[in-house]
Amino acid sequence: MSDIPQELKYTKSHEWVRVEEDGTLTVGITEHAQGLLGDMVFVELPEVGESYEAGQDCAVVESVKAASDIYCPVEGEVVEVNEELEDAPEQINVNAYHEGWIFRINPSNPDDVDNLMNADDYTALVEAEEH
Amino acid sequence: MTQLNEAVIEDKLIFEASDFTRKSSSLAPDIDVDTVAKSLPEHLLRKSDLQLPQVGELQVVRHYTSLSQKNFSIDTHFYPLGSCTMKYNPRACNTLAQLPGFAGRHPMAHSSMSQGIMSCLYDLQNMLMEATGMKQVSLTPMAGAQGEFAGVAMIRAYHDHNKDDARTEIIVPDAAHGTNPATAVMCGYKVKELSTNDQGDVDIEALKAMIGPQTAGIMLTNPSTLGVFERKIKQIADMIHEVGGLLYYDGANLNAILGKVKPGDMGFDVIHMNLHKTFSTPHGGGGPGAGPVGVSGRLQPFLPVPMVALKDGQYYWLTEDELSLSIGHLSAWMGNAGILLRAYIYALLLGREGMQRVAEFATLNANYLLQRFADAGFEIAFPERRASHEFILTLRKEAKQYGTNAMDFAKRLLDYGFHAPTTYFPLLVPECFLMEPTETEAKTDLDGFVKAMELILEEAKESPEVLKQAPYTLPVRRLDDVKAARELDLNYYQSHAE
Repeated sequence: MSDIPQELKYTKSHEWVRVEEDGTLTVGITEHAQGLLGDMVFVELPEVGESYEAGQDCAVVESVKAASDIYCPVEGEVVEVNEELEDAPEQINVNAYHEGWIFRINPSNPDDVDNLMNADDYTALVEAEEH
Repeated sequence: MTQLNEAVIEDKLIFEASDFTRKSSSLAPDIDVDTVAKSLPEHLLRKSDLQLPQVGELQVVRHYTSLSQKNFSIDTHFYPLGSCTMKYNPRACNTLAQLPGFAGRHPMAHSSMSQGIMSCLYDLQNMLMEATGMKQVSLTPMAGAQGEFAGVAMIRAYHDHNKDDARTEIIVPDAAHGTNPATAVMCGYKVKELSTNDQGDVDIEALKAMIGPQTAGIMLTNPSTLGVFERKIKQIADMIHEVGGLLYYDGANLNAILGKVKPGDMGFDVIHMNLHKTFSTPHGGGGPGAGPVGVSGRLQPFLPVPMVALKDGQYYWLTEDELSLSIGHLSAWMGNAGILLRAYIYALLLGREGMQRVAEFATLNANYLLQRFADAGFEIAFPERRASHEFILTLRKEAKQYGTNAMDFAKRLLDYGFHAPTTYFPLLVPECFLMEPTETEAKTDLDGFVKAMELILEEAKESPEVLKQAPYTLPVRRLDDVKAARELDLNYYQSHAE
């Protein structure tokens, strides 16, 4: 079983979400997802200042196996992107939850994050997918 | 063997075989080049040396013959590449399509001098109409992707013509070929992804929730890329038509249903066919292809031109002069004539009855192979479904237990003399092998393939490292595909050789 930190929130499409102290949300893909996709070769980041609806595709990660959309977990505006990934997409493979973060959003409604999955629910989802 | 491999890897590029002291007097022009060059304007004169390899004729012949001997093709090996229909293409199709009367025709020749080839294309239009149950066919798209583009462009033209501009979405199942969403976006649509259930059918409830006045259409492959027939296709067609949308049929898997079921009867409004797959053209190297489109009555006015029509015993080109709503031309002339002729000859050779046998044998071979793999202990992705012309194995168990993933099996198969099946597509199935044996393989060849997979499975158990390092016997060993993707380097520069 891959690493699924307790303090994070999760989506069905395998994004993780960390609530920062200033209320913004940092988003990346989970350890499980990067394992499935394999070695990353390219990341297309969203534009800072763009707004996205919950579930809207806003970034793309491309591995040797496939290109995969990244979905915005809750409605909000992108306030920062991890530009380091443009030159070093492998950071997602190395450390999906830290250096591999993809973008940060300012949620339109701070309570929306409560609707996301907690670590236990996500663990159950991953286990179900593996069987 | 290792030594031999290294020698082959060191094969030179033709530029590296170049010797600048080599001269060819017979090819030199019989003029004083320097004097002639003075009469040319300064800006047209070349400033640097012409980068051409200096090699003799025999060296050129040997170089390219040696390259051709490295080909891994259907003419040399079993090639079960799922979703690609790598079947044997009868030599007769190739020979006849190259008759001097066809090959030598100038594309601008007047139709009065082109009645022969036009009659072939006209008959091909009709044969494809009959095989697919569509109202009319246009042969002009020059590849599957262009056929897809033409198809969705017609859907767009239809809605635009009806001033129905609220339709902004195209629905595409998550198992679809990547070209489907790409085509929809190219035509200005927003893509809505439709999920698939655990039996490989599209999720009807999810579909219900996403259709409405915003739905321009849906793009389906049937049988799907999961190798199973979409059982609720009539219900899906009714649902889409009820809300005013249209249905697009991706002809990638037409081989499975040829002569058995017609997309027109399933309720599709537009279809593209990959003639280079299903109708006898060697493919897989990036072309040339042909992607004719067929339509139902409601899309007929929008078909791309030119098409061949017949009036008073004379064939003529049907153009935008008569079809003012046409989406227009997709190529300079009538499409890839050579590919179209091969398809025509192939269809004639098969006949109506033979076409049914294509689907029957393709399906029989796939189901035979599926059963053999199940018996050999491999896990089938959809064990409760009968395979269409292709099916999926999942090697997740082998990946977990022995650390040998689908790519390792694929690479090891090459050592056993088999082209690998499609790997990691569709993405829905972990560690997947999508296999399509096609109708042209004999039982002995299928058995040999199963045997190779059994041996590789033994190797995975006993010595997984063998798989991880494969292949051993090919001109190049395991490539670093991560480095290749991150540091793309396809150009040769003279300085490399120096």
